[in-house]
Amino acid sequence: MGYPNRPHDRETTVLSQYFGDPAARSLAGWKQRGGYRALEAALGTPQADLVTMIKDSGLRGRGGAGFPTGVKWSFMKPGDGKPHYLVCNADESEPGTFKDREIMRWTPHALVEGCAIGAYAIGAETCYIYIRGEFTEPLRVMAEAVRDAYAAGILGHSAMGTGNRIDIHIHKGAGAYICGEETALMNSLEGRRGNPRIKPPFPAVAGVFGMPTTVNNVETLAAVPHIVTRGADWYRAMALSNPRSTGTKLFSVCGNVARPGNYEVVLGFPFREFLYDLCGGPPPGRRFRAIIPGGSSVPIQTMEEAEATLMDYEGFIAQGSMLGSGGVIVFDDSQNMVKMIARLARFYAHESCAQCTQCREGTGWVTRILERIVAGGGVPRDLDTLLDLSEGMTGKTICVLSDSCAAPIVSGIRKFREEFEALIPASRSVVSRAAAV
Amino acid sequence: MADGSLIRLTIEGREVAVPPGTSILEAGKAAGVLIPHYCYHPGLPVAGVCRMCLVEVEGAPKLAPACATAVAQGQNVLVHTEQALEARKSVLEFLLINHPLDCPICDQAGECELQDYVFREGRASGRSLDPKRFNPVEDFGGDVIYVANRCILCTRCVRFMDAVAEDPVLNVSERGDRALIGKFEGQDLTHPWAGNVIELCPVGALLSKDFLNKARAWELDRTPSVCPNCTQGCNTIIETRDNVVVRTRPRSNTDVNQYFMCDYGRLNYRWLNEGNRLETPLVHQDGRLQATDWNAAAAAAAAALQDRRVFALVSPMLSNESLFMISRLVERSGGVGAFRVETGPEAPLPGVPNLSLRAERAANVRGAELLGFIKSATPLASLEAGDCLVVAGETLAGIDPGALSRAGSVIVIGTLLPEVVRSAAIVLPATNMAEEEGTFTNVRGRVQRYQQAKASPGLSRPVWWGIAEILGAAGENAQYFLASEVFAALVEANDEFAGMSYDMLGLRGAIIATTRERDVTREISEVAR
Repeated sequence: MGYPNRPHDRETTVLSQYFGDPAARSLAGWKQRGGYRALEAALGTPQADLVTMIKDSGLRGRGGAGFPTGVKWSFMKPGDGKPHYLVCNADESEPGTFKDREIMRWTPHALVEGCAIGAYAIGAETCYIYIRGEFTEPLRVMAEAVRDAYAAGILGHSAMGTGNRIDIHIHKGAGAYICGEETALMNSLEGRRGNPRIKPPFPAVAGVFGMPTTVNNVETLAAVPHIVTRGADWYRAMALSNPRSTGTKLFSVCGNVARPGNYEVVLGFPFREFLYDLCGGPPPGRRFRAIIPGGSSVPIQTMEEAEATLMDYEGFIAQGSMLGSGGVIVFDDSQNMVKMIARLARFYAHESCAQCTQCREGTGWVTRILERIVAGGGVPRDLDTLLDLSEGMTGKTICVLSDSCAAPIVSGIRKFREEFEALIPASRSVVSRAAAV
Repeated sequence: MADGSLIRLTIEGREVAVPPGTSILEAGKAAGVLIPHYCYHPGLPVAGVCRMCLVEVEGAPKLAPACATAVAQGQNVLVHTEQALEARKSVLEFLLINHPLDCPICDQAGECELQDYVFREGRASGRSLDPKRFNPVEDFGGDVIYVANRCILCTRCVRFMDAVAEDPVLNVSERGDRALIGKFEGQDLTHPWAGNVIELCPVGALLSKDFLNKARAWELDRTPSVCPNCTQGCNTIIETRDNVVVRTRPRSNTDVNQYFMCDYGRLNYRWLNEGNRLETPLVHQDGRLQATDWNAAAAAAAAALQDRRVFALVSPMLSNESLFMISRLVERSGGVGAFRVETGPEAPLPGVPNLSLRAERAANVRGAELLGFIKSATPLASLEAGDCLVVAGETLAGIDPGALSRAGSVIVIGTLLPEVVRSAAIVLPATNMAEEEGTFTNVRGRVQRYQQAKASPGLSRPVWWGIAEILGAAGENAQYFLASEVFAALVEANDEFAGMSYDMLGLRGAIIATTRERDVTREISEVAR
């Protein structure tokens, strides 16, 4: 479960092997642990072979969408005469997710190495690591690692003496959730307001500064050196359920659970055992009530669904949710689900970039309704209104923030309707509600 | 473009062929299908944020924003399906959550796109039980006030200032439903073209201070016109209520002003409403000016012309038709026509090529030159002793009265009687440009029609009509009933105007022959620059 505790026996520590080991942070310590051998090997490999290797490994985006990384890299056409950019999305702002933070805190050079390999593979000379502003410690650690890597000639005009230019810049975000969305991140990076862009054009065609760009999550890029060192077959073999979900994944567990923390398991791990064995089950005297398994944007799972889930991209979808970012938020029977959902909605209402009508007005409206219900001012028709508004907020906007706000509401009302109804006096009319408020 | 390279698609069952890269929304316009929208504007970069133009594209998994989706070969686009209607209804409901229903006191009511679409496609009643957000009204400077509560955040104003005026003063401040249009610290909407944000705003959020609470949109009569305030010749709409001009707005003409007009032109309309007008012909008798009828005045004017060289001092605000008739008066006597023109600072609109508030602040400088009038800062220099001085539309402001005394006789035709020519023999009341039909020739040689927007006072007539009366009294054949007839005579007499007629000009105008080639070359060099 990572720092400060020892990993659980059933974890497979690839990315989290050196979590809690301060010596792994320094360049020397990282080199002692085998660091930068992957970069050295990669810089001697044709770029197309690297892309094929990542494709073969089955590595998929760890930021939430799960798009195959090798395929994404292959969109960057070599020799198009334009500068290419790699952007590492370290704006980890999805509520319930704190895995990238640990990667950057403990193994900054793993990310530097992954970024350098990625940049080389897609023909980019420049990589931006966009770190959210609240991550003061990771920012400091990463800045130090990049500085040391430059000093050692690992980065710069001739990375590791190979003549390939690789520059890494660290960019500090200002704390907006939406800047974790890749096109908003690119706007923010360019100094504009962090508003998502309309796609197409996709970043691989016109991204940062209008040039071909690949955006990868921290965890995705941190996994790349391991694949280069140990081979695509090794990585692909790590799959406990679906062969399309390979490798290990960090899950950040928080909420009403005996042992919260970061856990690294091979994809396809049974969620039931994960929750009760690795995480130690619910707090004493409590029972699990519900799970949000992939960061706040994914649908809520009931315990029946969660316990039947195999933890991979397909497994979570089969049980009514999504793998998302791997931020597991656990609720026990002491929690009021309506209150929890209202809190999530408030978050999205606060973070909406205000471009699309449905999102700007919808997130605020559902929040007002939910908070009114929690405060005891609900009327029976509120639930139908909420479901209808959620429908209007899904699949109609530039980015998916509005969908993310709607997902827990729809799944919450569908799966925990009795909790909503318990808060809404059935007989109360609109008029008496108005009098009550 | 060859027909083969066009994209063919079907929108609401209507087939249409458009160039590649056209948006579904524009293709819809070509097919005659209006796809409801707020943030899209043809003169601005695409934002795709209002989500009102969502349409169903057969085979696509989700509704597509018509403004930001390019057409594809063989596409079948459906605008009025249940799914698309439901999406628009939902957008309209969301827009009304924080939009006050204060249409009865809103200047935009009657010409409000939110009102129109809610009426057409929105829900009959709202479902919100919670209070609306409130923000105070803000003065944006210039002619603009911002009523934040009514704003639907379409960002047209922000994009206009950024991309067209290239003076990025506006922004979207705050996030979520707290968002509103903000103004950067210490800056105001003082750009000479900033007033266009008022027209661009689809709702009543950005309002003109000049027009504030002045009239309801449905009380106005609208007349296509041309801005008389500089040589650019922006196409406009003059809006009147009870024969009073209350507002002028840009009328789109992609060859001239696209969708815009400058604040100087927009706000400089009060002179069209002047109350101290000449309303009847006057003839000098018994030591004073006495009212008479047009026949007597025309006969007196013909007598004053008799055996004299005509020196015409004209205003470059007069129509081609009026100037043409005066040029006939000048030519038959072997006389001279001259004019002067007021100037001011030039103010281009950077985002639109060849569009600028021109330094010469009169509509028909080019027309006056083409019809043989001489531009001069001291136009009376060539007035000879004994000339019959015809003052047409000139205010004579700043003119030395001594220079005028050289004239043998003076005929004034205009809207006002300047003090320095109160001794004139004959004074004829004329209409201003809002009270007549006519044409102007703009700086680039485009001849454009304007129509009569309001009634003329008393016995005032267009200048061309008055001059025709004088020519008739002097025994010339000059009987015209319509401006179009005068224009036909002008075309016959002037090669530059060959091929033109009012029907041919329509409401977009046409370029005169001699400048056609020259302007194209100039345009190419400007583009290259």
